Amino acid sequence: MFELPTRQWSPVLTAALGMVVLLWPLAVWAHVESGQAGGFLSGLSHPVSGLDHVVAMIAVGLWGAQLGMPALWVLPVTFPMLMAFGGMLGLIGIPLPGVEIGIALSAVVLGALVAGQVRLPLAVAVMVVACFAVFHGHAHGTELEAGQNAMLYSLGFVIATGLLHGVGITIGFIQRWEPVAQILRGAGALVMAAGLYFLWGAAA
Amino acid sequence: MKRPGLLTWLAAGLTALPGAAQAHLVNSGLGPFYDGALHLLLSPGDLLGLLALALLAGLRGPTAARAAVIALPVAWLLGGLVGLSLPVILELAWLSTLSFMLMGVLVAFDARLPPVIIASLAGVYGVLHGLLNGSTLANMGAGVGSLLGIVLTALVLVLLASAAVVPLQAFWARITVRVAGSWVVAVGMLMLGWLAQSEA
Repeated sequence: MFELPTRQWSPVLTAALGMVVLLWPLAVWAHVESGQAGGFLSGLSHPVSGLDHVVAMIAVGLWGAQLGMPALWVLPVTFPMLMAFGGMLGLIGIPLPGVEIGIALSAVVLGALVAGQVRLPLAVAVMVVACFAVFHGHAHGTELEAGQNAMLYSLGFVIATGLLHGVGITIGFIQRWEPVAQILRGAGALVMAAGLYFLWGAAA
Repeated sequence: MKRPGLLTWLAAGLTALPGAAQAHLVNSGLGPFYDGALHLLLSPGDLLGLLALALLAGLRGPTAARAAVIALPVAWLLGGLVGLSLPVILELAWLSTLSFMLMGVLVAFDARLPPVIIASLAGVYGVLHGLLNGSTLANMGAGVGSLLGIVLTALVLVLLASAAVVPLQAFWARITVRVAGSWVVAVGMLMLGWLAQSEA
């Protein structure tokens, strides 16, 4: 098993908090980035503004927690990078057919994997998550409004995504207590049901 | 007549590179040194690069971290002095983004690089940003005081961040650092998209 966090977290957390505080002010910037305006808060709120994104990202964390090490951290590391890749494709105008269906399917599939407590090989699990991440990123990339501060928006966007995975992982820890482990599978079923609802809407 | 040397041609080539300097110093009201310090603290792209470099150096242990902490400011200062005396207008947005992305990739994959490579990376990163800062300062009529503010702030940031990472031994703590590296890569990829979009 893995070790739980120790007091060594404190300097990391302090540094992370310091970075957030440093990046918080929106009024004064030494550099004017290309394609700007909004900022960190706008990016931070974007991934949590759509339930279809939220449930899928939490499901990634839940599934990672079910699969255990090393998927527990490999999946949440993979997702933001591939999502950003999808965002980049969207930003440079490369079309991706069926984006909304892909996003809805991600909730269906990931929810089903959590509900069924499916244990796939790590490489396959990474490919599944990576594939769906591109769809999520592409949708976000094409939804970014012109005039946003690109760097801060991207930073907030990625941090919010990572934190959503963290929420999923944290919830996923309940599987370590056998009596309530079934609740986790129930959460997967809920995600799947939500995905089916989104799929209905996307296909309509 | 003496023929132009390699350095002259190199300088001419650098000067001819297209692009506009976008940075401007923030007026802290406390003089050029603090203007320079504030300039760096309010440049998220530079901060991300410094953070990624510090994480990379910290993950590789105290020797690599010490090498980076020494190489970075020295290179930054030298690059800055060159930029101040030989101002060039560089469009470094792409290069800057790619450089912090590279650092992020190395952190995410926990690349086991020897200290000399870490120091070299820090040196190249420092020279690159020093050249940009120096050129920008020269174009604005600012001087060595502001450059020193930037360099010393970079030194303090890398020193503190790498010192926070070096003692981390717990598996989870090191994974957290690697996750931070993956986030830097993700931000870089989105930035590349933004840059491509803005130039389209």
